[in-house]
Amino acid sequence: MAKGVWIVAEQRDGALRKISFELAATARKLADQLGEEVGAVLCGSGIEGLAGELGKYGVDKVFVADSPLLEPYTTDAHAAAVAKVVKENDPAILLLGASTQGKDLSARLAGKLATGLATDCTDVKIADGKLLAIRPMYAGKCFGEVVISSFPQMASLRPNVFPATEGAKAGEVVKFDPALDEAQLKTKVLEVQKDTSGKVDLTEADIIVSGGRGMKGAEGYAILEELAGVLGATVGASRASVDAGWRPQSDQVGQTGKVVSPNLYIACGISGSIQHLAGMSSSKYIVAINKDAEAPIFTKADYGVVDDLFKVVPELTKECKKLLA
Amino acid sequence: MNIVACVKQVPDTEAQIRVKPDGSGIEEGGIKWVMNPYDEFGVEEALRLKEKTGGELTVVSVGPARAMETIRTALAMGADKGIHVSDPGLDKADAFTTATALAAAIKETPYDIIFCGQRAIDDDSAQVGAILAELLGIPQVTVVTKFELTDGKIKAVRPIEGAQLLIECPLPALVTAQKGLNEPRYASLPGIMKAKKKPVDVKDAAALGISAESKARVAKCIPPPARSAGRIIGGDDPAAKAAELAKALREEAKVI
Ligand SMILES: Cc1cc2nc3c(=O)[nH]c(=O)nc-3n(C[C@H](O)[C@H](O)[C@H](O)COP(=O)(O)OP(=O)(O)OC[C@H]3O[C@@H](n4cnc5c(N)ncnc54)[C@H](O)[C@@H]3O)c2cc1C
Ligand SMILES: Nc1ncnc2c1ncn2[C@@H]1O[C@H](COP(=O)(O)O)[C@@H](O)[C@H]1O
Repeated sequence: MAKGVWIVAEQRDGALRKISFELAATARKLADQLGEEVGAVLCGSGIEGLAGELGKYGVDKVFVADSPLLEPYTTDAHAAAVAKVVKENDPAILLLGASTQGKDLSARLAGKLATGLATDCTDVKIADGKLLAIRPMYAGKCFGEVVISSFPQMASLRPNVFPATEGAKAGEVVKFDPALDEAQLKTKVLEVQKDTSGKVDLTEADIIVSGGRGMKGAEGYAILEELAGVLGATVGASRASVDAGWRPQSDQVGQTGKVVSPNLYIACGISGSIQHLAGMSSSKYIVAINKDAEAPIFTKADYGVVDDLFKVVPELTKECKKLLA
Repeated sequence: MNIVACVKQVPDTEAQIRVKPDGSGIEEGGIKWVMNPYDEFGVEEALRLKEKTGGELTVVSVGPARAMETIRTALAMGADKGIHVSDPGLDKADAFTTATALAAAIKETPYDIIFCGQRAIDDDSAQVGAILAELLGIPQVTVVTKFELTDGKIKAVRPIEGAQLLIECPLPALVTAQKGLNEPRYASLPGIMKAKKKPVDVKDAAALGISAESKARVAKCIPPPARSAGRIIGGDDPAAKAAELAKALREEAKVI
């Protein structure tokens, strides 16, 4: 019978990504309720040294596949490797991150393992010995409780939502042979163009300072960049600003952009359209700065300032600088 | 070149979503149905490819009778023919079952490349493309913002956290479209007229030889946690308001 709670850890450039610890800690919690073990699959090249770190977050056994064919990530290679070790060990639950890589891999794996997958979950529990996965649908306009009748029961977890609590244990490391046949690997990464700004991705940011049409133009964002610099935040945008060409597509928050869950979302000059609200309503705290007191964004905001953002934001930056000094 | 685009009909992004009192699903009354926005990017890219290489574009949709409108929209944009998988048993299909139905329908026609949206904005599952590719045994490149086909190979740009990847793979392959890929065209009036005469094959699960049973089931729909308006920081002086806000974020909310 299928047994154990497993995760697929994610690493890039020789370091585990934060989502891996969120996965490990969540798996530990579920496994303790079931009285089962936590397993982790870690794939890459020259990454064996990373396995120990996962132990600290509660992983009992780390299954490591180390092969040059596994670096950089490609769907074919990673899906084949993970599917192999999962089939051999038959875990009951398999968790991945709902990061760009995790989304790509989890769906392909669900196909390979012919099993059910709940993506981008914001909560997971055990009910009647089975996984109950809670996930936003319609960009958060409603939530679904998903039950999976096949094994492994797969879920991908939204980054930045689950706590990465450290335990105190060292996991056992088990090497496995991914048995990859190079001729079978069809996709190739030709080029990796890194964003050198060092900006944290919106989906992983703790604080987001977001601007909309009220920013008046690309130059308007300078004051948001400044505030973001002080807060260690990432700058986001509404679709209106993206479509106007003021901000890149990757900055768009909303139903057809990124769905984000930071601790703090500061919306400046954003009216709060239904599509925008859908993408950021699960933020822990929402602040709205808008000169129109009737703007719908105020109905969701924990703190609102009705005024000209060009007057408020620079002052806010000053105040934050003082407080954080 | 034989091109396939998968299109799903979904509620318009403006739609207010109301959960049925018994949690069995959402109220469909009053909803305006449209083509999934990401599928528009897929259809547009498929049309551009067809215009360049020649060939035929087939659109496939799994959905109730109303999904025919979305197929017609794609035909009006310029697709050549449609396949409509319509079966009440598939109305609550999960991603795996939907992909199984699409695979069965697509296997019956020749294909070199398949376009999907990167996700459907109703279930937001972002799975069907990848599962479909797996079931057909072809490579996938998901969430693509730039697409090129040269010498029988795809070159596609895929943004990830903090980087852009340039990925290459041979045909046949499946690509899922992300916003930024292109600007979808509107259907022209002559296009709409022509679409009415284009062939659409309607099939049910039995005709495709598939079972409608889902593996992942939404046992219950629940409304989102209520979020109510908080505190408006009043006053006339922007600087004073900014100071009060900063203090609240630091001392009450403890988020900075
Ligand atoms: C299919 C579809 C998908 C969509 N997806 C998304 C999505 O993913 N994300 C998204 O954001 N939108 C999306 N939209 C667009 C959405 O409907 C809105 O048009 C958009 O969100 C509006 O952006 P905005 O709030 O920046 O602009 P507006 O609605 O124009 O609001 C600007 C606000 O700025 C305020 N303002 C102006 N000047 C100042 C000032 N000096 N100081 C303070 N406040 C000021 C105004 O009072 C106003 O409230 C989508 C639309 C469609 C049709
Ligand atoms: N019922 C369906 N009919 C046709 N295509 C679909 C269907 N469901 C999903 N797809 C395709 O798969 C993509 C991703 O959908 P999803 O996995 O549901 O988010 C969509 O953008 C469509 O291209």
